[in-house]
Amino acid sequence: MRSTLYYKTKKTSVNVIIHLFMLTVAVTCLFPLLWMISSSLKTQETIFKDMSLIPKVLHFENYYQAWIEGGFGRYFLNSLLYTTVVVIGIIIISSLAAYAFSRLKFPGKNIIFFMFIAAMMIPIQGSFVALYVLLNKLHLRNTPIGYILCMINVGLSTSIFLLKTFFDKMPKELEDAARIDGCSKFGIWWHVALPLAKPVLAVVVVLNALNVWNEFILALLIFDSRPLMPLQVALMTFQGEFVTRYPLLMAGLTIAVLPIIGLYLLMQKYIVKGVTQGAVVG
Amino acid sequence: MTTMGKGRLFAVLGLISLILTAGCSSKSNSGKSISVWHWMTDREPAFRELAKRYAAKSGIKVDFELYAPSDAYSQKVRAAAQGSNLPDIFGILGEKRDFSSFIKAGFILDLTPYMLEDNAKWKNSFFAKALAVNEFGEGNSYGVAPGIYGTPIDIMTIQMVYSKSLFRQLGLNPNRPPQNFSEFLEIGKKIQAANLQGLVSGWGEIWMIDCLANNYAFNIMGKDKVIATIKGEVPYTDPDWIKVLSLFKDMQESGLLASGLVTMVNKTAEQLFANDKAVFGFNGSWCVNVYKGMNPNLEYGAFLPPKASDKFPMAIWGGAGSSFMINARSKNKEEAVKFLRWLTEAPQQAYLAESTNNLPANKESINKISDVMANFARAMDYATHPNVWGVSEFSPVIESLDKGIQSIIIGEKTPEQVAAEVQKIKERELAKKR
Amino acid sequence: MKLKTTLENYLFVFPAVLIFAVFYIIPFISVFQLAFFDWDGILPTKIFVGLSNFKEIIADKIWWQSLWQSGYITLIALTFQNALAFLLAWACDREIRMKNFYRVIFFIPPVLSEVVVGLVWQWILNGNYGILNHWLTHFGFTNLTRNWLSDPNTALTTVAVVHCWKGFGWGFLLFLAGLQTIPRELYEAARVDGANAWNSFKNVTIPLMIPVVVLVAILTILGTMQVFVLIYTMTGGGPGYHTEVPVLRILASMRGSSRFGYACAQGITFGVILCMISFAQYLVNKKAKA
Repeated sequence: MRSTLYYKTKKTSVNVIIHLFMLTVAVTCLFPLLWMISSSLKTQETIFKDMSLIPKVLHFENYYQAWIEGGFGRYFLNSLLYTTVVVIGIIIISSLAAYAFSRLKFPGKNIIFFMFIAAMMIPIQGSFVALYVLLNKLHLRNTPIGYILCMINVGLSTSIFLLKTFFDKMPKELEDAARIDGCSKFGIWWHVALPLAKPVLAVVVVLNALNVWNEFILALLIFDSRPLMPLQVALMTFQGEFVTRYPLLMAGLTIAVLPIIGLYLLMQKYIVKGVTQGAVVG
Repeated sequence: MTTMGKGRLFAVLGLISLILTAGCSSKSNSGKSISVWHWMTDREPAFRELAKRYAAKSGIKVDFELYAPSDAYSQKVRAAAQGSNLPDIFGILGEKRDFSSFIKAGFILDLTPYMLEDNAKWKNSFFAKALAVNEFGEGNSYGVAPGIYGTPIDIMTIQMVYSKSLFRQLGLNPNRPPQNFSEFLEIGKKIQAANLQGLVSGWGEIWMIDCLANNYAFNIMGKDKVIATIKGEVPYTDPDWIKVLSLFKDMQESGLLASGLVTMVNKTAEQLFANDKAVFGFNGSWCVNVYKGMNPNLEYGAFLPPKASDKFPMAIWGGAGSSFMINARSKNKEEAVKFLRWLTEAPQQAYLAESTNNLPANKESINKISDVMANFARAMDYATHPNVWGVSEFSPVIESLDKGIQSIIIGEKTPEQVAAEVQKIKERELAKKR
Repeated sequence: MKLKTTLENYLFVFPAVLIFAVFYIIPFISVFQLAFFDWDGILPTKIFVGLSNFKEIIADKIWWQSLWQSGYITLIALTFQNALAFLLAWACDREIRMKNFYRVIFFIPPVLSEVVVGLVWQWILNGNYGILNHWLTHFGFTNLTRNWLSDPNTALTTVAVVHCWKGFGWGFLLFLAGLQTIPRELYEAARVDGANAWNSFKNVTIPLMIPVVVLVAILTILGTMQVFVLIYTMTGGGPGYHTEVPVLRILASMRGSSRFGYACAQGITFGVILCMISFAQYLVNKKAKA
């Protein structure tokens, strides 16, 4: 039998190795973010000459300039609006559908589900023009609601897939109990399924929020009027046709990345919690 | 969720739908206005200023809408064409073939009558080569009725640049750029010996490779043979083409090309040259503005690509930088024409040139520009452009040629191999007979 | 009564199906039709060419090369990326300090915009001025330095590694969630039974994590096969065709040669191939469960 000291040192050395490994990975993850912030505090002339992580002169005014020149106020609000509405829309619509695919019976269920799954696999890059023409006919082009509906569609398939996989693993007892208590199907969905699904819902929220927040090409196609554009389009003003104003671009990108990090910080607690409340899968 | 929670949720949803319906665009437009779509981020402030001046002068509001980057802009214009949603004035990016399709589809106004008014006053105010990219001649291969369909608003040329300070470092005369190809290669050897970086350019964006290859093709075999190749009368396996391809091999072997050139983006190339990290650059006249922004003290000069043959003159690509066209179905055609005429008049062109460091398209505005800019402008005499040849090469062939040159540079294929591959694709495209 | 229940059930999927039908199916039909035409995207006339677009795709060597390269990247993602994610998730699952810190840090790469990722990594990997080569030389490995993104031997793998770096955060999150739901009691029971660390991993962790692994695998395959923005910003598909992927080829057909019909045919072909891969994976999964 080996001594406790052996086990203790073994445990510590294993821990040290693990920490070293994680720290290395963490550094590579942090580095671009730090580079982005540090670049945002330099000037156009020094940005590629000055290799230091913390520049001698901190040009905080870049942030102010980026905000004003990029007209961030308006575009930031637009992005917030689109992201919020799309995420709420997807949560409701996809959880309803996923619950039905998992728990309810109706003819054609498998075919319809299969169509959603197939949609995840067929990239329709060429469909942008068709989408544009369609929106035009529906008089939804250049409207917020048109863009929002398009973006809801983009996230539907993956969200339904994730949610259905979770609902399949959900213990039926809670639902049965609720049904015995006289709960309607919608009631079960609202009072039982959704609360249990908080972890996977948090994943769906982050996934779709990220997609909408970073989306750019569809917005450019659908919107003509500047006041409706989201933030990513505004960032393009710093990436000129010939001249890219790197410090302002980096400042703009830093501003743009903050809300998403904030959302993730909020949501990640739910994603990992699930010890007693079920899980994403498994 | 409790009923109170549910209530709150519905309140939020209701509020959002209110905002959405309020946000629906309302077209409140009293008085005439012209809409212009463009992709030129760098010129947006100058455009806005010009729009203000025009509004003060004529009372007509000009809305410049910027959609960047240029790829996305192209997609938007094409989508808008399908949706019958084009603005009054816009530009078309891309090959002459696409331009011709727009015309044939009826989206572009024929400007010839306006150009020829008053003894062709408008037409003659431009550099002939700048206007040429917007013209279709008699019997052109695109099937478009001859005429002028757009106006240039600036010109550009693509040439070589060299760093005077690095020349001094190499012991070369900073006022004497290489005059021919063998000199060029000799300098390459010196660059390699001194462990410096040689030529930088955006050759990851393959059109720039195409540009230089084409320049040397004109130099080695002359314009007519190049056109004949495009028409399919001369194969790419012709010894002259092999000579062109071998130039790239020679450049690589002499140490002239910077490492990582084949995946370099033009912006990276500009950044390297601006910070004096490369001896040569191959770039367009817009680079003057870029370099000034990153390093105002950069000492450099522009020169023609060093000629590889004395048989034919060296050619460079140049002509209209950007052009605007008028929507044939616009409700404000006459106003749009008037605005374009004003935009291309000498004072406005001079303003644009000054504020954005681009070359003006109007001949009379060429007076006060910097030395380097003057270098670029003078080279217009040697300039040509694919959009003025009357024929276009097939895109897969161009792609195969450019990617083939990339393979030559990284030593993967020989010029003969690449020529054979390009010719194969050419024959395949010719066989399609569409 | 039965009719009422069925109608009620349909109500659940109605909003999803409606949006899907309008915003996916209708454009899809248009794209599907276009695959049989020759169209430049501008002219009002489209020329019907039947199956000739598809015949051309079959003969298009570059298309199949791009498919193969995309598969290579996906393979690296399935192994390297997911192994890394799993390892990190497992490390964070243990009771170690700073795990909350790590949880946030590891998710930064997915959140960053592709612009920043492309720029920073180009800079790190630069053949002459990049930090990677600088450190390799510093530690004496000068013969290992190369032009990571322009060397035909390393370009594809380098791009794959950067893609893994950007994507492992998602796998990490899902694996961590999965690991955290394994009841601690099972581990306790195993230890009481005398199992060492490896045994409890083999008999407790792995079986319960299989569903998560499958889910992550499916999402990885679908996501990685369709990657293109990062590659476009770092190498443009070069050098030569060494880092081309299917979506880049589709875009080249659309924008480069204005061959809309051909691009649509490529899209359809790609979708069919992805469906086949997913179906194969589904069959393998079913067999493994049985």
